[in-house]
Amino acid sequence: MRRRIRGRHAGRLAALLTLAAAAAWGALAAGAIDAPRSAVGVEFRQMNVPVEAPFRRFGGSVQFDPGQPAQARAHVEIDMSSFDVGDDDYNSEVLKPEWFDSAHFPKATFDASGLKPLGAGKYEAAGTLSIKGKSQNLKVPVTLEQRNGATVFSGSVPISRSYFNIGSTEWKDTVADQVLVKFRIAVAAGH
Amino acid sequence: MQATPATAATSYTRTAVALHWAVAALIFGGFALGLVFPDLPASPQKLKLASYHKWIGITVLGLAAMRSAWRLTHRPPPLPPMPAWQMALAKLTHGLLYVLIILVPLLGWMFSSAAGVPVVWLGLVKLPNLVGKDKLLAGLLDDWHMAFAWTLLYVFLLHLAGALKHHFIDRDDTLRRMLRWSSR
Repeated sequence: MRRRIRGRHAGRLAALLTLAAAAAWGALAAGAIDAPRSAVGVEFRQMNVPVEAPFRRFGGSVQFDPGQPAQARAHVEIDMSSFDVGDDDYNSEVLKPEWFDSAHFPKATFDASGLKPLGAGKYEAAGTLSIKGKSQNLKVPVTLEQRNGATVFSGSVPISRSYFNIGSTEWKDTVADQVLVKFRIAVAAGH
Repeated sequence: MQATPATAATSYTRTAVALHWAVAALIFGGFALGLVFPDLPASPQKLKLASYHKWIGITVLGLAAMRSAWRLTHRPPPLPPMPAWQMALAKLTHGLLYVLIILVPLLGWMFSSAAGVPVVWLGLVKLPNLVGKDKLLAGLLDDWHMAFAWTLLYVFLLHLAGALKHHFIDRDDTLRRMLRWSSR
């Protein structure tokens, strides 16, 4: 918990520093995630039915300078209790200890350090995803676009439920292990 | 309606009989599941039963489409002589059954779409969403789906009462010919 808070402050500081540097470097994206224009959610399969479910509350910050993609940083925090599968019953079910255990692990985090350019607005982000006390290093394909004065990073990455101990074995046959995490992160473009 | 040559049919075709009973059996199963699963607590069982319910509904919808096509191209045997009001009631009941057998699964499919859960028939064939995800609309469609399912039950009871009356009171062929595996 403490580490996360410190991380956020460091992120803010870094964001301010990057903003300050922006004047010199030109086009870049830095600062807090513009939540209303962003989305974080998952697509999972139950009985082979693809279901999309968003997290309603998340936040964080991004520092990105197109001239130095390797120096890009992102910190995203997701409020696990804001998961909305569209049904109150299942929304409460998923907060239980065998699923998210949101009482003990209220937030999931993703920390990206470095974007590898793949050309044509495509990048690969290296980052660490932490959910329910477990962390996994991921390579996440990211598409970058400029849209209405914001830099938008979007993409998706498959993860395994069982790796993060999400869901007990009785659900194994009905809810697929692989879950696709989808995100669209908008940050006001640098000035 | 009367597209086929007017052979004075006295029996239903095997296809018509098979479709009648297949749809009847599936609707019973689907209705029973529909009574049970929505009140279950969130569980794998609930997800399974909900899926079976939807698979049954889509199967009924497909068979109902085939039945309608068959009915429009094959003349059913004429109803036995009966008072005009009974004839009118029988026709109304049959008409309502056809409409409801299509409407109830269709509303269920729309409800599932609006709830953001696509229907994947038999877990294999993903059907298109009929409406976009919309919580308010989903609630309405859920209500309509249920209301028309209950209407279907009441119309079925009338259908059943008619069949039994013809069989046990009028002692005519009405029920028997739907049980007969003819050569047609």
